[in-house]
Amino acid sequence: MDSGNTAWMLTASALVLLMTPGLAFFYGGLVRAKNVISTIMYSFIAMAVVSIVWVLWGYSLAFGPGSAFIGDLSLFGLSGIDTKEVYDGYTIPTLLFIIFQMMFAIITPALITGAFVERFKFTTYLVFLVIWVTLVYAPVAHWVWGGGWLGSFGDGALDFAGGTVVHINAGVAAVAAAVLVGKRKDPGLEPHNVPYVVLGAALLWFGWFGFNAGSGLNADGQAVNAFLVTNTAAAAAALTWGLISQFQTGRMSAVGVASGAVAGLVAITPASGFVGVLGALAIGIGAGALCYVAVYIRAKTQLDDALEVFAVHGVGGIWGAIATGIFAVAAIGGTAGAIEGNSGQVVTQVVAVLATMAYSFVATLVILKVLDLIPGLGLRVSGDEEDQGLDLSAHGERAFVRDGAD
Amino acid sequence: MIKIEAIVRPERINSVTQALEEAGCGGFHYQNITGQGRQGGVEVFTGRGGNMAKAAGPKTLLVTVIPDGMRDSVIEAIVESAKGPDGGQIGDGKIFVSPVSNAIRIRTGEDGDAAI
Repeated sequence: MDSGNTAWMLTASALVLLMTPGLAFFYGGLVRAKNVISTIMYSFIAMAVVSIVWVLWGYSLAFGPGSAFIGDLSLFGLSGIDTKEVYDGYTIPTLLFIIFQMMFAIITPALITGAFVERFKFTTYLVFLVIWVTLVYAPVAHWVWGGGWLGSFGDGALDFAGGTVVHINAGVAAVAAAVLVGKRKDPGLEPHNVPYVVLGAALLWFGWFGFNAGSGLNADGQAVNAFLVTNTAAAAAALTWGLISQFQTGRMSAVGVASGAVAGLVAITPASGFVGVLGALAIGIGAGALCYVAVYIRAKTQLDDALEVFAVHGVGGIWGAIATGIFAVAAIGGTAGAIEGNSGQVVTQVVAVLATMAYSFVATLVILKVLDLIPGLGLRVSGDEEDQGLDLSAHGERAFVRDGAD
Repeated sequence: MIKIEAIVRPERINSVTQALEEAGCGGFHYQNITGQGRQGGVEVFTGRGGNMAKAAGPKTLLVTVIPDGMRDSVIEAIVESAKGPDGGQIGDGKIFVSPVSNAIRIRTGEDGDAAI
């Protein structure tokens, strides 16, 4: 047990938790004013629901022994793990690894909610959270990090901090959700609170240092490198997105710059333990440009992925996973990428991307279809509730009270 | 008595209220509103920085009730103060004038011109 590593990982875990309320504000600012509480609640309640699922059976299914595809229930309720147990191969307590991983399990389903804001039924969402973390998040985390098949496929798929497990997984699930829940009746013309969007993006950027620089589970040079490349990619993508916006419209959108930062953070996530700053720069510029184009194309389709979860997290995650195989530097993370002559790594990365996409899409589609058919649940609020706004109809609260007495 | 409703640029409201006071009209109220006229609103980003669209823009609606005799001086005060320093642009606003049948001061029960 190393107190330095333990202290850093406690800090990193808290940083990752902060990303979820950051996401809540990022998403909350983008919706109409009558749906901002509802949108924030989708994220905030995930902190409550997923935390419970994780300590009861989520961790066990993701990181318990089990098979190549899923863990088992031998660690149900974290049974048998005492405070002195050290996580295998590292110098931090196992309980701390469980905490750190819990924060990833919380934010992943919260990311999906961007697809169905302003119309998804809150009570059904609570059930969806429990089932999705159990049947989609836990298995995919097991494949990549828990001793499952993707971690040992080829030379091992590289996913330092969750590009496949978190971002591609959420991005693809978002498409399935948007397809099933259908389009909003009356989407707003513009975001209702741009400062919330920027505040949220800033909190995400800040928390992402824990997400990426914590994923080596040590306070060492690789963690510092991850911190640096994370910041570099976010900066490059934010600037790229902003400049394209400036070029196309003559003005630089703050929402665009914030979205660009998030796209860069998503793309560097799998790569952060394996690439240097120049690779990070390329990954950031690529993420800014690709995700910008993805948003542009998505807006012309019938798919109402309201807050661009696929265009940012899906496309950014896919680009990041493949780019990891291109730009990986053996001297940093121990694995060479295509530029250093190991082109096979790109193939391994593509397999990891496709497997995650296929499983996440089909499993999410099935889960939501079943929830839609269960009497008393259903995916969508009524038309009247949607018109009134989910803040009042689902939560009985208003975000901006402007009665005469205030 | 007449009611004056003036829609003006939000950035001009301070000079308008100052001009009203100078014209002897010390009672009014105003609120920020959203709307559009010949100016056609403002251009805003609709998505993540790639598309812009027209939206109704911010204006300020000022309301005051005055005796008939003050009509011309108050309207002139608003017209002159609501224009910018460069004097007269599309979007400077409009003034609506309508008759008011009575006014009552709550404290004393006075009515008519004495109440305003």
